[in-house]
Formats: sequence, C-alpha cells, structure tokens
Amino acid sequence: MAKYIGKRLLYMILSLWLIVTATFFFMRIAPGNPFTSEKQLPPEIEANLNAHYGLDKPWYAQYGDYLLKVAKWDFGPSFKYKSQSVNDLINEGFPVSFILGLEAILIAVAFGLILGIIAALKHNRWQDYTAMIIAVAGISVPSFIMATFLQYFLAIKLGVFPVARFETFMHTVLPALALASTPMAFIARLTRSSMLEVMSNDYIKTAKAKGLSQGVITVKHAIRNALLPVVTYMGPLTAGILTGSFVIEKIFGIPGLGSHFVTSITNRDYTVIMGVTVFYSIILLASILLVDIAYGIIDPRIKLAGGKKGE
Amino acid sequence: MKKRLSIFFSMLLVLSMFLAACGGNDNADSGEKGSDSDAGKSDVAQELRVNINTEPPSLHPGLAKDSTSGTVLRQTFDGLTRIGKDGKPEEAAAENIEVSEDQKVYTFTIRDAEWSNGDPVTAHDFEAAWKWALDPNNQSEYAYQLHVIQGAEDANLNGGSLDDVGVVAKDDKTLEVTLANPTPYFLELTAFYTYLPFNSKIAEANPNWAHDAGDDYTSNGPFVMTEWSHSDKIVLEKNEKYWDADTVKLDSIEMIMINDPNTELSMFDNGELDWAGAPTGALPTDAMQALKDAGTLVTQSIAGIYNYKFNTTVEPTSNVNIRKALTHALNRQELIDNILQGEQQPAMGIVPPSMFPENEEGYFPDNDVETAKEFLQKGLEELGYSDPSELPAITLSYNTSEAHQKIAQAIQDMWVQNLGIEVTLDNQEWAVYLDKVHSLDYQVARMGWLGDYNDAINFLDMYKDANGGNNDTGWEDPAYQELLTNSATEADPEVRQQMLKDAEAIFMDAMPVAPIYFYTNNWVQDDNLKDVIVSGLGDAQFKWAYFE
Amino acid sequence: MQISKDKFQLVGTKISEAEKISKPSLSFWKDVFIRFRKNKLAMFGLVLLGVLIFMAIFGPYMTEYDYRTNDLTNKNQSPSSEHWFGTDDLGRDVFTRTWEGARISIFIGAAAALIDLFIGVLWGGISGYKGGRTDEFMMRFADVLYGVPYLLLVILLMVVLGQGLGTMILAMTITGWINMARIVRGQVLSLKNQEYVLAAKTLGANTSRIMAKHLIPNSMAPILVTMTLTIPSAIFTEAFLSFIGLGLTPPLASWGTMANDGLPALRYYPWRLFFPAIFISLTIFAFNVVGDGLRDALDPRLRK
Repeated sequence: MAKYIGKRLLYMILSLWLIVTATFFFMRIAPGNPFTSEKQLPPEIEANLNAHYGLDKPWYAQYGDYLLKVAKWDFGPSFKYKSQSVNDLINEGFPVSFILGLEAILIAVAFGLILGIIAALKHNRWQDYTAMIIAVAGISVPSFIMATFLQYFLAIKLGVFPVARFETFMHTVLPALALASTPMAFIARLTRSSMLEVMSNDYIKTAKAKGLSQGVITVKHAIRNALLPVVTYMGPLTAGILTGSFVIEKIFGIPGLGSHFVTSITNRDYTVIMGVTVFYSIILLASILLVDIAYGIIDPRIKLAGGKKGE
Repeated sequence: MKKRLSIFFSMLLVLSMFLAACGGNDNADSGEKGSDSDAGKSDVAQELRVNINTEPPSLHPGLAKDSTSGTVLRQTFDGLTRIGKDGKPEEAAAENIEVSEDQKVYTFTIRDAEWSNGDPVTAHDFEAAWKWALDPNNQSEYAYQLHVIQGAEDANLNGGSLDDVGVVAKDDKTLEVTLANPTPYFLELTAFYTYLPFNSKIAEANPNWAHDAGDDYTSNGPFVMTEWSHSDKIVLEKNEKYWDADTVKLDSIEMIMINDPNTELSMFDNGELDWAGAPTGALPTDAMQALKDAGTLVTQSIAGIYNYKFNTTVEPTSNVNIRKALTHALNRQELIDNILQGEQQPAMGIVPPSMFPENEEGYFPDNDVETAKEFLQKGLEELGYSDPSELPAITLSYNTSEAHQKIAQAIQDMWVQNLGIEVTLDNQEWAVYLDKVHSLDYQVARMGWLGDYNDAINFLDMYKDANGGNNDTGWEDPAYQELLTNSATEADPEVRQQMLKDAEAIFMDAMPVAPIYFYTNNWVQDDNLKDVIVSGLGDAQFKWAYFE
Repeated sequence: MQISKDKFQLVGTKISEAEKISKPSLSFWKDVFIRFRKNKLAMFGLVLLGVLIFMAIFGPYMTEYDYRTNDLTNKNQSPSSEHWFGTDDLGRDVFTRTWEGARISIFIGAAAALIDLFIGVLWGGISGYKGGRTDEFMMRFADVLYGVPYLLLVILLMVVLGQGLGTMILAMTITGWINMARIVRGQVLSLKNQEYVLAAKTLGANTSRIMAKHLIPNSMAPILVTMTLTIPSAIFTEAFLSFIGLGLTPPLASWGTMANDGLPALRYYPWRLFFPAIFISLTIFAFNVVGDGLRDALDPRLRK
C-alpha cells in the first residue's frame, strides 16, 4: 500500500506539472495581457511594465522561472492587486472558502445519504416520490438560482438570515445551503439507485433470511456497498467546493478564493491564474487519490495497486 | 384538450401572480437604521456604510488607476486642490495658488497641516510623490496623467532625468510647477489621485507602506484608513489631525466589497447600507422602474459617453454615408426610456453637455429615420448595391455584459426595422474584445469613455491619430489634427474652446463614431444622509457628509 | 357410498401439453417494455417529454409574435391573455421565446448527455477494466483536463475555432465526460472481480464482450443517475457559454439564457425567471422518472 501511494504521489507531481504547463501556455496564447485596459497605456509604459515583470523575456525563460517559483511555493506578486502577493490572496481567501465548503459538504452528504436511503427503502412509495421531487428540484435549479431564491425569500422577505457578507455563523447558512443543494440532490439519487441495486443482491437476501433487522441490514451491508459511486463523486466535488464558488461568493459578498478563479482570468492576472490553478489542482489530485484509497476500504475486492497479491 | 390547456395556463398564471405579489411589497420593511435615528437628532450615529464593489487594486496614489481605488483615496488624502461642493477646484493642501502670466508656472503655498502620524505635510512630499510616479522603475500605469508637467513625459517614457521635471519644492511651504503648455484644467488635475502626495519620510523607510492599513499608512485627508481586510471591507475613521477637521462630521465610513447589484440593493433595503448604486456601486437595471415609481431614485449626469465605434478601414463602415445612416437610424430616447431607464441624455455629439452646452441638442435630431434612409441609399449606391437586402450583414460587437447585450439587441432591432439591413451580434470576453477593437478587427463596436478631468480635450484627443492608442476607428483628418495641436498652446480659453468645437464639428461630419448617450449616475440613499458630493465626473466625496 | 367412474374426468395426460408454456415467449426488450409500461410514473414522464417536445416544435407558432422583434413599449408585461407568459425586458413574448428556447435546450441537453455518456463509459470502462498503467494514464489525463481552468479553455476555443454550434458542443463536452468516466471506472473496478465476471473470463469471453454484457449493464444505475445530472448542467453551461459569447447569439434564446437574464429580475418581474426555470425542472423531472423506470425495467432481479 505504501508503495502504491508513493507511486501515486509521483504521478501527482507529473500531473501537476502538466497542468501548470498547459495553463501557462494557454494563458499566454489567449489575447490580452495584464495591462490591457479600456484606456490604453502609452506603449513605452507598457514596455516598461513588461520588463519589470519579466514578460519581455523569451517564453522558455519565463516558463523556467515560473516552474522554479512554483517549486518554492512562491507565486509572486499579483499584477492587479498591487498590495498583495498571490500567496497572500490564497492564504486569506482559502480559509473562508474552506469553512463554507466544509459546511456545504456536510449538509450535502448528510441529507443526501438520508434522503437516498429513505427513498431506496421505501421504493415506489410516497417517501420515494417526495425524495425524488426534492432531488429533481435540487438538480435542476443550479446554485446561483438557488442562492438568489434563498437570499430573496429567507433573508429579504422573512429576515431570518442576513442578506450577505461573511461574519457570523448565521451568515454562512444561506451560501452553504445554496452550495449544497445540487450535490445533495445528486448524492440522494446516486445513493438511492445503488441501494436498490445492492438490496436485490443475494447476500442481502441471505441476511434477511437470517432474520437480521432492516436497520442492521441497511447499515452493515447495504450502505457500505452502495457508497462507491457517491465516493467517486465526492473526489472532484470536495476540491471544487472547498476552493470556493465564484457565483456564490459574488451573490453573498464572501471574500473567498472562488472569485479569483474567474476574475484572475478576465484580468489576465498571470501570477494569480497560475497560483490558484496550482493550489486547486493539488487539492483536486489529493482528493482523487483519497477516493482511490477509499475504494479499497469500502470494497476490499478492488485492488488498485495492480499487484498480483494485494494487501 | 383545449380546456385542459387553459386550465394549465391559468394555473401557471395564478402561480406567477403569487410570485409577483411576493415581489410587490418590498419597501415595507426598510429596517434597522430607523431605530438609530429615533434616538434623538443631536446624537445620530455618524457612521456611513457604502459599497465599493471590489477590492481596490492599489491604495498608493501613484499606483492607483481605477475608480474604486480613487474613491478610497479621495477620502483619505488631500491634494493641492479638491473639487469643492460647487464642482470647482478649491484650495486644499495648498492655501494659496499663483499662476504666471503665460499660464505655465504655478506656485502653490502649502498649508500648515499634518500627516495622520503627526509629520508635517510639506512641498517635498508632493515633489517626491509626483516624481515617484514618473520614475519608470515604479510601474505607475497612470503616470501619463502627469505628462502636462514640463519634462515629465520625457522622464517617464524616454529616459529623461527626473531632475528636469518641472516640479520643485522651493522650501517646505512652496511648490513650483512648470507646465509644458498652458493647461486650463491643471487645477482640476491637481485634485486627481495621481497628483496626491504621500508621506515621503515613511515612503523612504518602507516602500511597501501602502500594502495594508497600519501605522505606516499615513494620509493627510479628512479620513484615515484603520482597517483593510482584503476583498471584504475597508474602514475609514475621521482624521483628527486633518486641517479642516471641524468640517468633517462623519466619525467613520465602512466600505464593503459586494460585487452584485441585487445584493447591494437588498442590503440597502434591509438597512445594512446607507447608499446603493453609483458612483461607488451599481443598481440592477431591472430595479430602475420600481425605484423610480417609489420616487427614491436620484439621477445626476456625469461627463461620459457611450458610443458605437465604426471601423473606417473595412466595408461597409468605411463609407461615410453608411456610417451616417446607422447613426441617424437610432431611437436613443426610446432606448433610454425603456432599457437604460437611468434618465441618460441622448448623445448627438461627442463631448458631454457639461463641457459643450450646445450638445444638449447635438448635431442632428434623434431618431431621424427618413434622413437615415437617404444616407443609406447614397451609401449603397457608392458601394455598388441597389437594395439594403444586398448589403452583407453588419457585425455589431460588444463585450460580455448583460447591459451591453441588451443595448446591442435593441439597436440591432432598430437597424433591422428602420433600415432593412441584416445585423449580427458578436459578444467577446473583455480582454479578447479590447484586443480585437484595438487592432481594428471589427465592424461596429461598443465603447464607453469617462472623462478624467473636466475638459473637452479629454473626449477629442484620442481621435487625433489613426494609430493612437484609443482611436480604434482608423480615422484621422489633417484639419482636425491641426486644430487640436493649436489648441494645446493657445492661452486664451475662449479661443481654445472654439477650436475644440470646430474640431468636434469636423469629427461629427465624418462620423467615425455613433454617439448614443451621455452617462448618468443613479443611486438611492438613506433619507437622513446629507451632503455627499458627487462631482460632474462622477466622483463621490464624503468630506462634508453627515446624518441628520 | 358408491362412486361411479363417470364422475371423474381425465385431465391432461399428454406430456406435450403439460410442458406447454401458456405465456407467450418474450424477448428481453419486450419484457423491459412491458415492465416499463406498468410503471405509471415513468409513463407519465414519457408523456411529459412528448408534450415538451411537441411544444418545442409547434409552440412558437401558437402566437402571433416571433422571438426576436422588440416591442419596447410593452416590456416587462405580466402574463395576460395577450402574452400568456408575459413579456421580457425588450417586450418580446416569453411564451414564444420559451418554446423557441426549448428546441435549443432540449437538443443541447440530450446531445451533451449522449456524448458524455459515450466518451465517459468508454473511457471509464477501459480504464477500470484494464487497470494498472493504462488506468493511471487514462485517469491522470482526465485529471489534467479537469485541473486546467475551464474559462481559459473556453476563451481559447472561442479564439481559435470561432463561434458556432460545433465549438459550443466541444466546449461543453471537453470536460463534461470526466465525471461519467470516473463513476463508470469506480463501478467497473468493483465489478470486475466479481465471480460472474471471472466466470465469463474463464469461459473465454473477450474484453469487449465482458464490457458490453456484464460490466456496463451492471453499472447502469449510477450511469443513468449521472446522465440526469448531465442534462441540467449542460443546459446551464450553455447559458454560461452564451453569456461569454461562445454559445447562442442573441436574440436567439434558450431556457438557460432566459433563466440567466430573468434571475436579476426575480424581485420585479418573476415570470421572466419562472417560466424557463419551471420547464427546465419539468424536463429534468421527466428524464429522471423515465430513467428510474428504465432502470427498474432493465433490472431482471426486480421482476415480480
């Protein structure tokens, strides 16, 4: 197992390098540069700026410099926000997005699983249909519409929650709910369908025949084996949610990391683009690795190590 | 079947009515703020809460280059002059200003004043700040605002010496500025943020002084910054050391960063903000009608124009009659009344009426479809077409934004209906769009322009050279160039003004740009908030503001 | 008590008759169809889909308005007998635009779902079944694609390929299939070591047969669920792409762009959001119940 993880870490570095390389060249090919603005700069000033930020060097020198900096975990200064380095942006934004994301994931997983299990156990009864309608609403209403709805009805009309900003726990409820709604619905649907699948398996029937109670069967046998697709889905979801969502942060005025993923690209803020991409990719690759490790725990028959014997 | 369908529709109707009804009674509960002001008129909390949309990119006067940073700097720093309540520049850090006969040498006497840490404000601080911005090693993108000063352009761009720049601190109290040309708007410029001073002692000791709020972030304006929590909020407090501290009534200003107009307005309705909309934030277009109906919407025109540029280097917009046809066929008033809904002024000239009062009327009537058709016919003949339908579809480009998209759709429809030509829309991401427009890779493209200072040259200069950075149309004209060149050295303001008007007339006759409307600022504010001054350029000042 | 012989009758002595199956023999698909038809909710979903498609085809012709002509003086009218769904901010009839938009959104949703399904199942299936180095290579490729900023990819696609339906579908599927591939791979990893797969292997079945007959059918449940998520995400990705200039060119409408435009008007003109949103939900609902019904019908173990 340790050998497998070691190998995977190596692959992770390779993937990260590919992502950095692709992003580096893509952003350079894209029209515009960090100094593009409605009121064009005198060309001399622009040349001066390019020289200062090293943008006048040949591409391979810039690329090399950049790889070195990434290796040292120093992403350089932001082109747009003169008073902050990219490391500052990440250090300040990530904790906010992380708290919100964690809350959202907990809501999504807890309610998603419960809804899914109930629906599967009460297959084709009213509980199933109710769960289905909730799930369909969650799936077909994307987070930005959900956010506006929640904000309008719960904050503005009823005044139960604050409209926006990130200050107290109450401030986090609406954005977390909005973030959680689609994943929750999807987890509910996935759980329901895998549960149904598993429940018709022979070992469940055997367990029933042995006289085990419904509860014991569900917890001990069915859920565990139904979890596989949910766990798969959790990998990229975790990375996406923990690093923040642009629209949710915009609607609720939350100073998280998510907004940088979009604004850095529209600003062509090269260093920020690279910084947040590297940061996100590391979380993404790590959570995908965790998913693969979790596979082996949930279903011991899965042997990813590819070894003949497995542990 | 038919009956069922109608039942279905009436069900939908009822549902939507229900939703509409929910949306109806918004202003019923406009909350908490009231309780503060009930406490008694004498001790109303003098705490202002506004939205500034985004993180200010830099709060260093030399590095700032955007309106958000400008909004903060204008409250925390005092330039030589400040735009007063009447919109005219008045003495601020300078207590006396003398101008030489040829209008090229300005002598400023600096007032006895202190930085927020107690250091005296001196003429050297101004000299240091301006030269800092001009120094090519400091990456000031807005340094060209200082180019009217003698030797400044040379030092900034062409390797000239900073010692040759025409700004000299004769002593602690006297600043002498020599200009390259007589510049009638120079005292407006000295209120602009690139001209603000900084505490040269601190700046020398700590080059990163402007990175955060703290002991090193000293300022000389009505307010000091006490908290800067990036991407979240900025807190300003009254500067007790300010020379005019008696005038300042607000104790604190909280500037939050919410980049969503609907959220901003909701927070205002909820009593969490005292101001929503321009100039610091924005109002949702869909709310305009409701706000107008409620009578709370405030409108003020500002010096800025929204126009469609024509690429004069490609067919068919290379043809002046086609350009005129497209320009005349617009119903600007209808566009303003129904889509923009902010009481903007139809633009039939290129310079805002605050600078050229004649442009209230402009060069031609709005919505003149008959004339437009005549121009079109002439243009088509010149291009060798006999019928509008033969003209290949014209591409109208705009950058990604809901507002631009709406306007483009309305104008597309006007051209299709009024002229019978085909128009396709082309939407591009901002940086890609600028790249395309600047390299003349378009036919018709939307572009806005906001004045930096209150002078017509601001709106004319960019069209001087075809390859100038902001021309974007490929148009130039020797007569136009001559007028602008001569106006720069003309010392008589009247004569100069006439030259600029003549230049505008030449421009409007060639019509490389279709003017559409002059901008306005729209906002709503707390009823008890008084004396927030919004200048003709759309800059907000809170120096005089107070709650009653 | 006397029991006469004639009170008895001989019943079925012929062996051939005893072995006769009175129920007609059914092919697998016919069986599926019968089970599906019994599922009332699924049938309802199918009918609903039919109605939506019918309206997408004929809806725009049911009014005197077209989707593009502005009528600024009648902007933002609430639903009435004149404009059944009201009008939008340019005075265009929302009913007409809703059904005009249905054509695009249903097409986009279905196309994206099918393409994602095809690539995802193939990629994930091969990756999971082959395992080892192939698996590493294929999945790390997906990770890299997923890690590169999407907005940047889209801007580049637009600059390089220009606007158009093809570019839009490419932009939508370029990363859309990855979730499907991950889910399928996870399932296949778990299934490939089950006894029946081993048995099939031992019996000499080749890879494609094992995939087609065993692994994919048994992964159907999560595949169908993932597909039902793909459809709404495609509808809204289209709206996002259109907003940044890669998708539809206005005044063309889709449900996604209509919902996008209507969202800020929620407080004032709710019908502009309500109608596109409700039809998106109905479509997703229909796909979901049909998907559920299909899943139940396909699963022989659920046969009663």
